[in-house]
Amino acid sequence: MLEIKNLRVTVGGKEILKGLNLTINDGEVHAIMGPNGAGKSTLSYAISGKDGYEVTEGSVFYNGKDLLAMDPNERAGEGLFLGFQYPVEIPGVSNMNFLRTALNSQRRYQGAPEVKAVDFLKLIRAKAKELDVDPEMLKRDVNVGFSGGEKKRNEMVQMAVLDPSMAILDETDSGLDIDALRIVADGINRLRGQDKSILLITHYQRLLDYVVPDFVHVLADGRIVKTGTKDLALQLEAKGYAGLGIAENAA
Amino acid sequence: MVATEEARQTVKEVSGEYKYGFVTEIDTEKAPKGLNEDVIRFISAKKKEPEWLLDWRLKAYDKWLTMEEPKWAMVNYPEIDFQDIYFYAAPKSSEDGPKSLDEVDPELLRVYEKLGISLKEQEVLAGVAVDIVFDSVSVATTFRKKLKEAGIIFCSISEAAHDYPELMRKYLGSVVPVMDNYYSALNSAVFTDGTFVYIPKGVRCPMELSTYFRINEANTGQFERTIIIADEGSYVSYLEGCTAPQRDENQLHAAVVELVTHDDAEIKYSTVQNWYPGDKDGKGGIYNFVTKRGACRGKNSKISWTQVETGSAITWKYPSCLLIGDNSVGEFYSVAITNNHQQADTGTKMIHIGNNTSSTIISKGISAGKSEATYRGLVKVMAGAENARNFTQCDSLLIGAQCGAHTVPYIEIKNPTAQVEHEATTSKISDEQLFYCLQRGLDVEDSVTLIVNGFCKDVMKHLPMEFAVEAQKLLGISLEGSVG
Repeated sequence: MLEIKNLRVTVGGKEILKGLNLTINDGEVHAIMGPNGAGKSTLSYAISGKDGYEVTEGSVFYNGKDLLAMDPNERAGEGLFLGFQYPVEIPGVSNMNFLRTALNSQRRYQGAPEVKAVDFLKLIRAKAKELDVDPEMLKRDVNVGFSGGEKKRNEMVQMAVLDPSMAILDETDSGLDIDALRIVADGINRLRGQDKSILLITHYQRLLDYVVPDFVHVLADGRIVKTGTKDLALQLEAKGYAGLGIAENAA
Repeated sequence: MVATEEARQTVKEVSGEYKYGFVTEIDTEKAPKGLNEDVIRFISAKKKEPEWLLDWRLKAYDKWLTMEEPKWAMVNYPEIDFQDIYFYAAPKSSEDGPKSLDEVDPELLRVYEKLGISLKEQEVLAGVAVDIVFDSVSVATTFRKKLKEAGIIFCSISEAAHDYPELMRKYLGSVVPVMDNYYSALNSAVFTDGTFVYIPKGVRCPMELSTYFRINEANTGQFERTIIIADEGSYVSYLEGCTAPQRDENQLHAAVVELVTHDDAEIKYSTVQNWYPGDKDGKGGIYNFVTKRGACRGKNSKISWTQVETGSAITWKYPSCLLIGDNSVGEFYSVAITNNHQQADTGTKMIHIGNNTSSTIISKGISAGKSEATYRGLVKVMAGAENARNFTQCDSLLIGAQCGAHTVPYIEIKNPTAQVEHEATTSKISDEQLFYCLQRGLDVEDSVTLIVNGFCKDVMKHLPMEFAVEAQKLLGISLEGSVG
């Protein structure tokens, strides 16, 4: 269970999150929507511990542990995964090598034995096949020269291999054609099927046609201003934020 | 690939301290401190050298006295007192010359085990013939018999002076003349051992040849001389790796390496240099002033230098190629890492003399801490060299805000048919890259090691397998504590 209480976060001296509350129980899928500048990405970075996102007040607990007291890699070891809006390129490092190093780092943190090279190869090939990803992509350098869609698929492969208990997906659906969107949705649903918690940060409701959330929240001006079910997303799509009385540029 | 995992392990093992910083208690026999003609005669007598070689040394010494220390490199260090250095130290136990590993001082063998280079293991597993230089005398040579069957000479330079005087006289100083520079003259006067390799016509050396250098005795300069000759149509891959125990005094190292390839021959020379870099405050560390040069004398011949330089307080080193034969090829692949107060001024010289010669330079410099790294390279195309080609790529990676990276390319073209390309980049490990790795569960050290290994991949892939793993570990160890 992820519990965020009264979270206030400052970036570059400017307060972006202004007392955000959110609880995600095991196995739940939550979607956060909101206008540009509302603080959606800030929330994902603050939870995962990126430098420069200063928490001035509030708390984030995951399964009873204080995430804010941990380094980002420790948070990952606790089972937190962030699907990046803009996945980063690492020249000269193959996807395979990157992911194996990551998986074994997490396993060490968890006190589990490291995965042998042969077993890892089997694992990653199986996951790539499940997600309909070309195995050649695994040999390429991390995100280098990848199209937008390939980068997002690659995030899904990483998520599948690392098998987190809590995934935050920051606009993973943006910029995808319909086929790529299906793959991403499939990746999320596979994780969901195993009773994992998921936080979807999205601009559009179309992803929610494939991954039906348990709850939809509207984030505006650093706070959650409305909570509902999938219907809320449909209302937003039909009427816009203004139509629901939410200022487009509230932040 | 397990490299970063291993790197992490190793970092844990050393926990910030130089892993190979131990001093072995072995009786050594020293020449008196300082340098004069008597010391040179002492060295020559110890080596039971022929008269011509003593003369050659003494002439070099006379010339050295007239020369001045070069000051153009971007490195700073206190004046070296050459009268305060031992120029010869040999483990006493080698006096009678061990014939096999069984005769080697067990204390020496223990040192090699600490270094993880157990000869017996290597004999069985790696198929690497190792000529170990412990301080200044070669104490063990393996696989020599097997090599001999192929007609290959792989021995210490002292033995070569005895056993192959014609070859020695022909090649000694033929690529790096005595007067080439201050340190080559010094080396010529006082060199104490090193390796001699001769690959006969048409022979492909059946194994990687390897020499481990190790400086052990406090205040002992080490002056290797290495000569490798690849006769027509032959091939050899030579590995050079170094570690040194921790000392407070700066230790001087001035080696000379000469390579010669004849028609259709190829030499691949790989170095992993991991000498003591000094402590975090810049105290101690090796001064590494090396002259390495290869002459592609024959047509279609090739010389390839690959180096991973992580150690030494000061590095001054420019492995170079003289492309004399038509269609000859020179290559230089380099990774130089500096951390804390290390200073490295390194690069290459590619001199195009024959027709249709080509050269490739790929240099990756990584600076961290308060270190300074300079790439200094010369591409020269002589007037008579038709259709010369060069490609140069110099990339610098900065870690932190207090280090420096400098690129000083010299390009001299005297023939209009030449094609020369130069690419250079400077980058930093971005916060975005680092956070991406951290979020996936890697700690800061592993993240930096991974990113840096990726940055160096174009060079690392040219290292022989057994070196590549060690080199990848070294990158991690060298950069420990540089971020976060």
